[in-house]
Amino acid sequence: MRRHRVSATLGTLLLLTALAAPVAAQAPIKIGEINSFSGIGAPFTGPYRQAVEMAVEEVNAKGGVLGRKLEVVFRDDKGQPAEAQKHAQELVASEKVALISGTFLSNVGLAVSDWAKQNRVLFVAAEPLTEALTWAKGHDHVFRVRPNTYEQGRMLAEKAAKLKYTKWAAIGPNYEYGKRAWETFRDRLKELRPEAQTVGEHWPTLGKIEPSQFVTAILGESPDALYVSLFGSDWIAFVREADKRGLFKKMFVVGILLGEPEYIDPLKLEAPEGMLVTGYPWYDLQLPAHKEFVAKFTKRTDKNPVLGSLVGYITYLSIAEAIRKAGSTDTDKLVAAFRGLKVETPIGPISFRASDGQSTMGAWVGTTKLDAKRGVGIMVNYEYIPGDRVLPSDDEVKKMRVGN
Amino acid sequence: MSPSLVLIQLLSGLAHAMVLFLIASGLSLIFGVTRIVNFAHGSFYMLAAYLTYTLAATLPLGAAAFYVAVLLAAASVGLAGLGVEVALLRRVYRAPELYQLLLTFALVLVVADVVKLFWGSENLTGPAAPGLAGSVEIAGQLFPTYDLALIGLGPLVAAGLWWLFYRTRWGVLIRAATQDREMVAVLGVDQARLFTSVFVLGSFLAGLGGALQVPRQALTNVMDASIITEAFVVVVVGGMGSVPGALLAAALIGVIDAFGVLVLPRASLVVPFVVMAVVLIVRPWGLLGRPEVQQRTAGGAIVTAGTVRVPPRWLAAVLAALIAVPPFLPTFHVWVLVEILAFALFAASLHLLMGTGGMVSFGHAASFGLGAYGAALLVTWTKAPMLLAFAAAPLAAAVGAALYGYFCVRLSSIYFAMLTLAFAQIAFAIVHQWYDVTGGDNGLLGIWPAAWLAGPLAYYYLALTACGGGIALLARIGRAPFGLTLRAARDHARRAETVGINIRLHQWTAFVVAGFFGGVAGGTFAFLKGSVFPNLLAVPMSVEPLVMVLLGGVQAPAGAPVGAAIYKLLDTVATRYTEYWQLVLGAILILLVLAFPRGILGVVGDRRA
Amino acid sequence: MPEPLLRVVDVRKAFGGVRAVDGVSFDLARGEIRALIGPNGAGKSTFFNILAGLLRADDGAVAYRGEEILGLAPHAIWRRGVSRTFQITATFATLSALENVQVARLSHTRRSRALLRPAGGLEVERSLALLAQVGLAEQSGRPAGVLAYGDLKKLELAIALANDPELLLLDEPTAGMAPAERGALMALTASIARERTLTVLFTEHDMDVVFTVAERVMVLHQGRVIAEGAPDTVRADPEVQAVYLGEAAWAT
Repeated sequence: MRRHRVSATLGTLLLLTALAAPVAAQAPIKIGEINSFSGIGAPFTGPYRQAVEMAVEEVNAKGGVLGRKLEVVFRDDKGQPAEAQKHAQELVASEKVALISGTFLSNVGLAVSDWAKQNRVLFVAAEPLTEALTWAKGHDHVFRVRPNTYEQGRMLAEKAAKLKYTKWAAIGPNYEYGKRAWETFRDRLKELRPEAQTVGEHWPTLGKIEPSQFVTAILGESPDALYVSLFGSDWIAFVREADKRGLFKKMFVVGILLGEPEYIDPLKLEAPEGMLVTGYPWYDLQLPAHKEFVAKFTKRTDKNPVLGSLVGYITYLSIAEAIRKAGSTDTDKLVAAFRGLKVETPIGPISFRASDGQSTMGAWVGTTKLDAKRGVGIMVNYEYIPGDRVLPSDDEVKKMRVGN
Repeated sequence: MSPSLVLIQLLSGLAHAMVLFLIASGLSLIFGVTRIVNFAHGSFYMLAAYLTYTLAATLPLGAAAFYVAVLLAAASVGLAGLGVEVALLRRVYRAPELYQLLLTFALVLVVADVVKLFWGSENLTGPAAPGLAGSVEIAGQLFPTYDLALIGLGPLVAAGLWWLFYRTRWGVLIRAATQDREMVAVLGVDQARLFTSVFVLGSFLAGLGGALQVPRQALTNVMDASIITEAFVVVVVGGMGSVPGALLAAALIGVIDAFGVLVLPRASLVVPFVVMAVVLIVRPWGLLGRPEVQQRTAGGAIVTAGTVRVPPRWLAAVLAALIAVPPFLPTFHVWVLVEILAFALFAASLHLLMGTGGMVSFGHAASFGLGAYGAALLVTWTKAPMLLAFAAAPLAAAVGAALYGYFCVRLSSIYFAMLTLAFAQIAFAIVHQWYDVTGGDNGLLGIWPAAWLAGPLAYYYLALTACGGGIALLARIGRAPFGLTLRAARDHARRAETVGINIRLHQWTAFVVAGFFGGVAGGTFAFLKGSVFPNLLAVPMSVEPLVMVLLGGVQAPAGAPVGAAIYKLLDTVATRYTEYWQLVLGAILILLVLAFPRGILGVVGDRRA
Repeated sequence: MPEPLLRVVDVRKAFGGVRAVDGVSFDLARGEIRALIGPNGAGKSTFFNILAGLLRADDGAVAYRGEEILGLAPHAIWRRGVSRTFQITATFATLSALENVQVARLSHTRRSRALLRPAGGLEVERSLALLAQVGLAEQSGRPAGVLAYGDLKKLELAIALANDPELLLLDEPTAGMAPAERGALMALTASIARERTLTVLFTEHDMDVVFTVAERVMVLHQGRVIAEGAPDTVRADPEVQAVYLGEAAWAT
């Protein structure tokens, strides 16, 4: 009880000081950040959050935007759409945030997006991958930073089509992302290589894989190549069993996202070599701006960045840029500002497409290899493919968004 | 598939089965002797895995470090089990039986955050087992040496347990206690010590299972949740309290899983629960279990408790406040109130089953979820007006409840609970898999109220009418001849039958009524959130109302809404202010259970008595 | 001879290899008070459970008012007017004594499934009258769980009378009671039975009670009826004496 009273008094004092201080005459611009800090997305959101904090500090160190500081209000969605939607209500109604940002899981992203549409609030989605977010379920108030499932699937298909493999099998989590990641890849591959055929598809329960059974089943189908959309703990478990059963020696493997540090680093030297993957070779990018980003992030956190860090950093640079361009925190003006917004990022300029709100941030496609010195897997022979090279045209987008 | 691959698949299934067996045998033992449904069993499993990870990396023992780490981790978890049993569970053995379940649920929350605190939330890859890291060739195929070792270890542990049960005095007592607890008490055995020892052994086995997973799986903060439901399936299929049953069931589930992925690749989510449901319907006490000795007083009901009534003027004051105050509240608080109302009705509908009827459901999420999906599907596919869809929610849930309730009411006590769990999981799997209709895990979006009801206050008053009205109706039903008769059947099934009551029909009706009101709650929630997702039917959604009913007091019809309000407020506030909300929420729940071992309103009853 | 109220023909029930009830046949006349006695394990409770529908017989027939009731559910048998009590008292522990009787009355008047009318005011007078009849009027508000054992036995009787039965099956109605109370309860039961012209079949260990109350006595041994007749005739039966040799109860 006493402690409460003390902190209440302290709080009042602080509030009074804040009100009296001339420097802070302008209240900060609040941004609501909803993400899975616990639950199934939790392993990946920590480095994201650190980069968000870093971006906001940098913006504020340069005087903030519109003469006001940025302040991020973090909320944990626990990996549940309903929880995220509740936070959105609270952030907008009580915290008076200018916009909502974040989310990792696709279904959480969709729930927040639908709420944003209903309540005419701007939602800048950072990491959810489902293409529905900007297309089938797209609307004026949602924008997304990370390249979606469709884009990454097509990037991989275009590389894979140049290889000799025609007998394909697939394994992914029993989850929309897992299936769409395979379908977009398969469809594009068939366009480019009509003789390609599917010999098996496997959908273990997300987060509960018992991999040995699937490894044997895949071996039984003897494909030339395997497409993997597993991630996180499922992927780690799969690698361990597949390796001991000689799977990687018997077939070529294509893995969406699997070159991202999020997924390749925990495997340490157990990471399979020679896979075709999308990912993020932060250790090797030579752009000065990116080198600076890596240096700052490493210094700050004592850890190397992961893709989530880059996405978090870019998301908040974009938000700051949009507010600057809008000259206001008014939602309509922010939405207008985000359409076609150009942002300078550590990996070069990106823009948010006016037609669907998808950013043109791309992905790196390359081959995995072990780096004995650092004790982890890395990507080599990679190429950065910008998002606009694989995104559908504005007309196609319009068709997908009919009725929204 | 070639015969050699079939053999390998069989072996793969068995290796998985052995880990399952270790965990399930511990769970089964604990339940068999102490009747505690230990949700924290998965947490012990997870804790041991993380301990093994750290110990194996720090013990300066070379290749032996891993094996020493496995044993040390399992032993430490056994010790943790000792601490939990002595410090917490023992304090509530006299409370209605389910309060132990509430404690173990709180422990799940606490352990999850303890693991996060010490090891972070990133996925970790543990070491391989030295000496067993490679593979051997079997019938021309490679097979991991470690898995082979596991297949050998399982029966070894089973043999060890067999020796313990059939060759020691302690084992004789354990077996006797599994059959008939009261008899053991009569024999003058120190029950407290017996319970403690069983809890320690059970926790040790969970720990061993977790430690041995380290070379095979990744370590995650959610590995507790991913194992616990499957472990329950094994326990139920094998027969509760039966170690050989757990071995057989684990092998069965392991092998069915292994071949299931070949035959029905898309059904992997649902297959174990279908097996569980079939076993429960055909042979409720499991493959190798024995029918439970009928409890002496009650007709197999878990909850037997008097009724605590709250003074009407309290209720009137609460109602007046609920009507008058919201216009003066900030918007977000109104939204939170709507959510609380939905959960209050959800919990109250469960209370009709578990409090009034003595039928503890572990699958009440099905009614909530079916209600929510009933409304959402109607909106999505027929563009039905909101109020029509809202009205359809309880009907969808009631029809579902009628379907699976028909089977459930044939069983009693824990078997009833497990069958409800199985059906809820089957419903979950259907919703999750039927992409074309339900949208799968991407859910159904755009389920918003009609424009004139969309504002916070308008929707609040709709929710107050629907959910408040539902709670009032449930209270009335509880006091009507129907409720009185339901309580009678709970107190003494045979007596009720021999005063002309068709118990199954009566309980089935109660099941449908509870489903109906659970559906109202689900419908209210769907339009509050504007979207529905499969997790509305998942296990945590069944556990939440259970926690709320217990927190409020299972003896008090008014306890369910009180528990719902307290739980939701605690959760909302803890999540808002700390990253470690699970630790805070879990710790508060533990304190509440210890302070109010019969629930918060149970205290009102105690004071009057 | 008028049609008997209950006609039991060759009822059999075995558990594993043990024949618990091994071809029991008898008639029970309307208004008769008959005791069914026999040593422990003779099959009395099994036979009672079969009559009440709680156990399925392997074979045989039971006609109640000329209608087959074997194989009917317990609640259906009760509806036809057969009521029973249990050897180990069976009441609704958390319900008050009044509510215990109300449940039975509501069931009898087919209102158990009424969802919305408060039960508090229903069947109160009849239920209180029944409680008064067995001498429990003052205990009506107390939960059955806290009643004294003798009172529970009385409560069971009141519950059993709630459906205005024609046939009352009492399984050891005085078991566990003090000797003084036993006689009083059985006298009460007998007077109620005569007043309502009930037919009563009861099992009992206390031979005093048996020979005071019963009009006829039937002896069950190893699942079979070995004697039937007026109390004195049965008492004199050499086979019965042989069966009971050494049983303390018989010595009285």
